[in-house]
Amino acid sequence: MRWWQSWKGTAKRDADLERELLSDLELEEEEQRERGLSAEEARSAARRAFGNTTLIREQTRAAWSRVWLEQLVRDVKYGTRTLLRSPEFAVVSVLVMALGIGATTALFTMVRAVLLRPLPFHDSGKLVMLYEHYRQNKGGDGFNAVAPGDYRDWRSQTHGFEDMAAMRGYGGIFSGVHSELPEVAQSAGGSANLFPLLGVAPAFGRLFTEAEDQPKGEPVVLLTWSLFQRRFAGDPGIIGKQIHLDTIPTTVIGVLPSWFTYPDARIQYWMPYAQTFSESDYGIHDGHQSEVVARLKPDVSVEAATHEVSAVQYRIHLANASKPVAEEVWSRPMIDDLVRGVRTQLLVLLCAVGCMLLIACLNLSNLLVARAAAHRKEVAIRGSLGGSRLTLIREQMTESLLICVAGGGLGLLLSLASTHWLAANWRNLPRADSVHVDGWVFTFAAGLVVITGLLAGLVPAISSTGKGLLTALQESSRSSGSLSGSASRARLRKTMLTVEIALTVMLLVSAGLLFKSFMRLRMADLGCRIDHVMTIKFGLPEIQYDTRDKVMLFHQSLLERVRRLPGVRGAALASAAPGSGPQGDRVFTILERPAPSYSLQYDAMTLTADPQYFSVMQIPLLRGRVFTEHERLDNAHYVIVSKQFVDQFFPGDDPIGKHVRSGWDADVENYEIIGEVGDTVYDVTKPVEATMYFPILSGIPNRTSEATIVAWTSVDPLAMSTPIQQQISALEPELPVYNALTMDQILGKTTASQGFAANLIMAFAALSLFLAAVGMYGVLSYLVTQRVSEIGIRIALGAQREQILCLILFDGLRPALLGLILGLTASAGATQLIRSMLYGTEPSDPAVIGAVILTLLLIALIACIFPAWRASRLDPMQALRTE
Amino acid sequence: MTKKQVQQRGNLLQGTLDMLVLRTLLYGPAHGHQIGKHIQRTTNDFLQMQHGSLYPALHRLEERGWVTSKWETAPDRNREFKYYRLTEIGRKQLVVEESQWKQMAEAVARVMWPAVEES
Repeated sequence: MRWWQSWKGTAKRDADLERELLSDLELEEEEQRERGLSAEEARSAARRAFGNTTLIREQTRAAWSRVWLEQLVRDVKYGTRTLLRSPEFAVVSVLVMALGIGATTALFTMVRAVLLRPLPFHDSGKLVMLYEHYRQNKGGDGFNAVAPGDYRDWRSQTHGFEDMAAMRGYGGIFSGVHSELPEVAQSAGGSANLFPLLGVAPAFGRLFTEAEDQPKGEPVVLLTWSLFQRRFAGDPGIIGKQIHLDTIPTTVIGVLPSWFTYPDARIQYWMPYAQTFSESDYGIHDGHQSEVVARLKPDVSVEAATHEVSAVQYRIHLANASKPVAEEVWSRPMIDDLVRGVRTQLLVLLCAVGCMLLIACLNLSNLLVARAAAHRKEVAIRGSLGGSRLTLIREQMTESLLICVAGGGLGLLLSLASTHWLAANWRNLPRADSVHVDGWVFTFAAGLVVITGLLAGLVPAISSTGKGLLTALQESSRSSGSLSGSASRARLRKTMLTVEIALTVMLLVSAGLLFKSFMRLRMADLGCRIDHVMTIKFGLPEIQYDTRDKVMLFHQSLLERVRRLPGVRGAALASAAPGSGPQGDRVFTILERPAPSYSLQYDAMTLTADPQYFSVMQIPLLRGRVFTEHERLDNAHYVIVSKQFVDQFFPGDDPIGKHVRSGWDADVENYEIIGEVGDTVYDVTKPVEATMYFPILSGIPNRTSEATIVAWTSVDPLAMSTPIQQQISALEPELPVYNALTMDQILGKTTASQGFAANLIMAFAALSLFLAAVGMYGVLSYLVTQRVSEIGIRIALGAQREQILCLILFDGLRPALLGLILGLTASAGATQLIRSMLYGTEPSDPAVIGAVILTLLLIALIACIFPAWRASRLDPMQALRTE
Repeated sequence: MTKKQVQQRGNLLQGTLDMLVLRTLLYGPAHGHQIGKHIQRTTNDFLQMQHGSLYPALHRLEERGWVTSKWETAPDRNREFKYYRLTEIGRKQLVVEESQWKQMAEAVARVMWPAVEES
């Protein structure tokens, strides 16, 4: 408001000065009249005595201290006027800057929210996650989930950490107290000290007690805010009441605050950690599923504390030599742990938009140099008349700053919209709910505006007001265009163009590689039928389905019902469809070849399947046979293994008839290998894993009660989803189903995140390519205008049109080629950064690099051909007469 | 008077105009025209008052708080003029400027007429 007042003050003072001058002028006039002059003569005499009143006003105004403000207003006015004189240029450059600044700001918002902002927990910098680490690393990143027995020993036997708590992902069926409205929900188990450790207080009610955190503890549940709002309309009256979890009556003891969405916003409720285990499982050291979070003591380093835990783990390892128990413990900060999956993607995207912004800046700078060249003479004249260089630079900078301010404003709006969209559409983005625009983001955007404005404006301003004022004046009618001033400017523009192209090439190569990875993923071979397959998952509650017969009967009846449905060509049951994520591992030995020690104990992914699964899913049978209809219930000591399994454990040997010893059922027993089938993958981005298939029709309650029905349909598979669900509810009305997905959707789900990043980078690269093309066109057009008279002379002296065409074309293509070489060199380094995001391709992929080179050359050729063609069409007479 | 001469006088005036205006106002409040006329008359028309310098000077002085201004009706005419009045700070400033000018003039005099100083 102050600014407004001072502006108003200025207006008032202006009027005051006007009145003062007028009254004094009249007085002078009267005095002249008193001397006997006529009215007419008196007026002109008075005016003569006063001189130029406008000048007086200007000079008086200069005495007021608000000069700088007026100067600013004048600069802005001047800049706006210059810009409005060529609205196309103004609109295009504002849009370009808006895109650049908007995209960069949006990505910065994401990076800040996800990577930089501390976790919302009490003193979150002191929180670390502990993982088990096998010295003989079996792939992955070396951070392995923790066994409940290990966690309990760590907690009771070490003192390096203030405290440590455990949690694990879980799932279950949530329903009302009368089993109404059952829903399959993602849940988690958390130890009693987890929430106090994190510093989370319940919004209503209380947290778990140590007494409840026991395998046979009183069944209690903490609701997350979203479930509390959704199912109970935010009514705290639910506390103390009962609901059903997996049909077990459970008391609601509290509600977690709305901001607590860790580790995943989809988690609906929390159970006591120990209650997610059976009594016998709570102490095991060889079942790994938990995550351990620990708080550092103020005076103990993370290395020392972790080392102590590691020592305890090594003792556990020695005590359980025959089991898969890790030797060491690794730790990493909680925030790194949470964002590990997206860190590279986010940073790569930020780099990509940064590159795009730089390209936009260089482009703007380039265009401004051309415009500055147009008022070269004006600037030269003002400079020689004493206009200070600073004033001239300031005036020129105002233009670029104006463009950037307008672009920045527009960009900020753009980023507000796109940030929201990005956070909502980025699958599996951790902390997505914390993405919002705050003061820092505004500061960042403002900083970008200033930096880009200076960057884009400084080079043209300095180059056009610098040396060679005289040269500019001398370059009058007979300029040959190759005088020092314009030649150096042309060199400057070519240099900027080269940098621009180099950056574009870098972006294009990275985008091309990511895109190729994505395409590879989409076309990846899951190893089974993809088309026309519907999958639906369900889990039989173990309370009602507590015997082999009951489970097997349900599976059998469901298969019969679904197979009878019109539109279904085949149906089968398995524990999980291919591509639907990692399934459990199981250790085993081979009866015919006993392993001497644990370190040679084998480990393979475990699935279950019914006899028809392999034919329905078109998984090829390579050797032996599949299960028969008689191999069910107790007669089920058979196993089918995958090709990878045979390659790994029976290299060059026939596995059929051999026996796998495994504790798949309650005790360790022998299972005869009856067949070998082709490999399928659980995640297209991951390598194939050795797999064992056990018969699902064995009906062992907690091994086969969770199943996925796969149906090969003759019609649109999605249309079969409801009929299949109806068959399930006909058998068990209260049984909910989940993950009703076609195989196409499963494939899309695992590749969505990569696809998203690849598409974004591709878009940025395409925009950058477009900008570079505009830049190239602009520079070459400028060069041609500069050389009009030279070309005219050449043509007049007999140069062929083709020669002129080649001359100009080569002039334009040289910076393009140079930029291409520079860019390829630079991208060799840049692509190393995205190596971890690549799949099925290498940073030096010749196809991608070749495509980039071709695209760039093609675009360069198109951008250059028009100015070159125009130059070759010049009429020499007209060319020589110009200027 | 040629244009060149006017310019030279103008230059001469630049450093001292503030002081002359303040000194004029010592007689009492006056409006711009009166101040200009007074300086011109007192110097026997040697210092032709340039309005282009006078008004900026007046506003500069006001900006610095050495004078204040007010629209008042002139005693001899039935019209309002903008009267400038010396403030306390202005009075002190006048003393400062006067002593500075004196030092300056003496210094110049010593260089220009050394004989005078000797006697």
